Amino acid sequence: MKVLVTVKRVIDYNVKVRVKSDNSDVDLNNVKMAMNPFCEIAVEEAVRLKEAGVATEVVVVSLGSKSCQEQLRTALALGADRAIHIESDEVLESLTVAKLLQKVVADEQPGLIIMGKQAIDTDNNQTGQMLAALTGYPQGTFASKVTIEGDNVQVIREVDGGLQTVSLTLPAIVTTDLRLNEPRYASLPNIMKAKRKPLEVKTPADLGVEVKAHTRVVKVTPPAERKAGIKVACVEELVDKLKNEAKVI
Amino acid sequence: MAILVIAEHDNSTLKAATLNAVTAATQMGSDVHVLVAGAGCLAVAEQAANVQGVSQVLLADDATYEHQLAENISLLIAELGKDYSHIVVPATTSGKNFMPRVAALLDVAQISEIVRVDSADTFDRPIYAGNAIATVQSLDAIKVITVRTTGFDAASAEGGNASIQSVSVSHNAGTSAYVGAQIVKSDRPELTSARVVISGGRGMGNGENFALIEKVADKLGAAVGASRAAVDAGFVPNDMQVGQTGKIVAPDLYIAVGISGAIQHLAGMKDSKVIVAINKDEEAPIFQVADYGLVADLFDVVPKLEQLL
Ligand SMILES: Cc1cc2nc3c(=O)[nH]c(=O)nc-3n(C[C@H](O)[C@H](O)[C@H](O)COP(=O)(O)OP(=O)(O)OC[C@H]3O[C@@H](n4cnc5c(N)ncnc54)[C@H](O)[C@@H]3O)c2cc1C
Repeated sequence: MKVLVTVKRVIDYNVKVRVKSDNSDVDLNNVKMAMNPFCEIAVEEAVRLKEAGVATEVVVVSLGSKSCQEQLRTALALGADRAIHIESDEVLESLTVAKLLQKVVADEQPGLIIMGKQAIDTDNNQTGQMLAALTGYPQGTFASKVTIEGDNVQVIREVDGGLQTVSLTLPAIVTTDLRLNEPRYASLPNIMKAKRKPLEVKTPADLGVEVKAHTRVVKVTPPAERKAGIKVACVEELVDKLKNEAKVI
Repeated sequence: MAILVIAEHDNSTLKAATLNAVTAATQMGSDVHVLVAGAGCLAVAEQAANVQGVSQVLLADDATYEHQLAENISLLIAELGKDYSHIVVPATTSGKNFMPRVAALLDVAQISEIVRVDSADTFDRPIYAGNAIATVQSLDAIKVITVRTTGFDAASAEGGNASIQSVSVSHNAGTSAYVGAQIVKSDRPELTSARVVISGGRGMGNGENFALIEKVADKLGAAVGASRAAVDAGFVPNDMQVGQTGKIVAPDLYIAVGISGAIQHLAGMKDSKVIVAINKDEEAPIFQVADYGLVADLFDVVPKLEQLL
């Protein structure tokens, strides 16, 4: 079975982003970028399926500017076999990304597609579900365990009340949650080897997809700042403040 | 055109998150309908009909919708939703699961986790773990929206008088099946709607030590939350995770115990009215958002806190 994995280039999760002074967007100049953490988990899961003899090939795809190839190389170093880059410098909204991925799915015919549940930049949590709608495939979102059983995949999902298990017919789409696995680090020899793995570049035009805007960002502003609080010396003082100053207990 | 709110429920009770979504919907337009899709869920429809501001309840009572599997319910919502200007759902794990599927079926964008309605087509939503707020205008004819419940007051559960209309549309994609669920039972208030939340982090050391926090929670009628580190370490179940990628809470009082205050954790609680941090490291970033900080060993002060309440 071929497994398709998507990866997104995003701001590093340790970086606190700032808003540009003209409120047009956040400022990503000279900011450290990395693979979206949920995509790292997706790559890891696919590589483990290959190591377990369940997957035969792991294909990784990323969409965006040329710099995305850095994250594709990382995925190749982590164990993916080959990469596809859909190159575009335009803003790609989730629905457009899903339409582009739909074309990749049609070409590649994977048995399983693993994606991150959300990207930590836009925090949208929607591309996997949208791709599932466009392909007509079932979806196992927010997965904490994935088990292939013949023509089905059983997915344990993290939901508000606890865990839910669903069984999906293959091909299916899985989106990863934090507890699915703990991603490995790429070894130096594997980073070297990854440089020689195949990486194919296509454009939205090659795939026949129009990059369309469904939304317009009017402005981006900083959130309301909390004013600095105080340190209390002991528990007695804390309880007193909560009762008599804040009046919340 | 009217606005369609999708009810969150368990086939017997309408979940509180729906009430916040109704409030958001009433700010988008005046005619608010609620869809209750499930199996044996008439009681939920009756509760939805009582919600203030709701003019019509649609009831899709069919075995295929029992567990709200995204593959099936999205087909139903996309079919009914064509006649609405907005389709709105609370941003729970259930809404987040099926709603983008609805949007793609309708060939429109989803605007996720709005915290403010600026106008019928323009909304505010946090991005980058809440470190920026984007004001986004929809260019689509149908606006598909998930609502962050902490951004909106709950509509009154009483005082409405909507009629209930049955819709007999059965969609079964036949590609997915519900196998089971492990739902955590608790007598405490729900994390996302509790007035007081007390959360523990890696500093708790193990799961048994969460009993210290639970005793405080019992005294305060509080819900108990956790950081990702505490969940990953297996101290507590995943449904307790507060943060960017867990639950978003904004109680009157949030008490963080043994939590450092990573960006991702702050994203889930920094809109709380009053924040208390208990941490033995005075440099911990959690103190930057805390109204009251106590630099101390939690094992000394949390039992004392319980006694004083
Ligand atoms: C993609 C992604 C998503 C994430 N999503 C979330 C999320 O939704 N929610 C979330 O919480 N995190 C999330 N994280 C993780 C986040 O980055 C932090 O790793 C996590 O919040 C740390 O948890 P913690 O504060 O409990 O642990 P630590 O950072 O290890 O902090 C433990 C704290 O306990 C204190 N302490 C230890 N012992 C004691 C004691 N005896 N008394 C008093 N204080 C003590 C220490 O001083 C320290 O400050 C995410 C990370 C990533 C990459």
